[in-house]
Amino acid sequence: MDFNGSDTIPGPRTEDHLPHTAETAVKIVIVGGFGVGKTTMVGSVSDIRPLTTEETMTQAGIGVDDNYGSESKTATTVAMDFGRISITEKLVLYLFGTPGQERFWFLWNGLFEGALGAVVLVDTRRLEVSFDVMGRLEERGVPFVVAINSFPDAPRYPVEELRTALDLTPEIPIMDCDVRRRASSKDVLMTLMRFLHSIALSRALV
Amino acid sequence: MTPPRRKRREPKPPPPPQPQPQPPAPEPADGEAEPKNPERLYTVAGSEDGARAELDLVTLIVARDAPQMAASPEQAAVLRLCANPLSVAELSAYLNLPFSAMTVLITELITAELVQVRAPIVRRALPDRSLLEAVMHGLQRL
Repeated sequence: MDFNGSDTIPGPRTEDHLPHTAETAVKIVIVGGFGVGKTTMVGSVSDIRPLTTEETMTQAGIGVDDNYGSESKTATTVAMDFGRISITEKLVLYLFGTPGQERFWFLWNGLFEGALGAVVLVDTRRLEVSFDVMGRLEERGVPFVVAINSFPDAPRYPVEELRTALDLTPEIPIMDCDVRRRASSKDVLMTLMRFLHSIALSRALV
Repeated sequence: MTPPRRKRREPKPPPPPQPQPQPPAPEPADGEAEPKNPERLYTVAGSEDGARAELDLVTLIVARDAPQMAASPEQAAVLRLCANPLSVAELSAYLNLPFSAMTVLITELITAELVQVRAPIVRRALPDRSLLEAVMHGLQRL
């Protein structure tokens, strides 16, 4: 961009400024297939209008062994929409979601490793698109909950049938939601936080 | 109607460290060396610029002072934006710069002591319960 036009650089609206007391931030990642409602969920609970950050990944950074030393390197831009919730005067929560291809997210160093946990948003019309992302979270030891975004024409399965199909352990919460509604998105985040809290309690008892 | 089925995965151990690039082998005295692979040399050179601050998407950046005359226009733009604390992700979004380019710019500002960094809290093996409780209380007020 042209930095010389500095008067026109967009910035946060005055009401979107964090207080000077803001000391630290935590993040939650919302994952799921294309069009499942990740950005909608970010927007429904965020204090600020959702923003977009992006990163360019090259094939070399992807670590695909087959392509090592090949002449052409393809660059992929990974864009993430995110929002923000002020928790206290000192603590800020960021929510990240993306309309892009999920497999590229895992190249973004620290995105998942540093996150408190993740929400896997699922559309029961295309259950299988969430399989890979759940596997990758499991491999990295990132705790997650499963939220079924209720589309009107989507098949309804009993929770236990979904748990079996998704091969989820009994303690992982599975819930219905409507991410267009702030209260529903908030419930999903609260469910994740209670789950994380129960993990923290059980580990403290070991 | 039966849903499709998935197979659960186990946590993986962290990946082993990347092998260090080997120094180029000395050329044989008879000059019959194989042609070098320029791509590989470029990769090695590219790994030398790693002098960037450890910045997370949600690391908060705060300007220490009003923009100095000496600051570049890019630096001045960052300093203006983070008069109040702002995350690296937000700076990247407002300035329309990729995250990695943003970290280079912020590293310059840290080196020049023009900004202060407020590091994020990351998930650990044993999460901080009081932190989780604070987030829950905050969300409940939404």
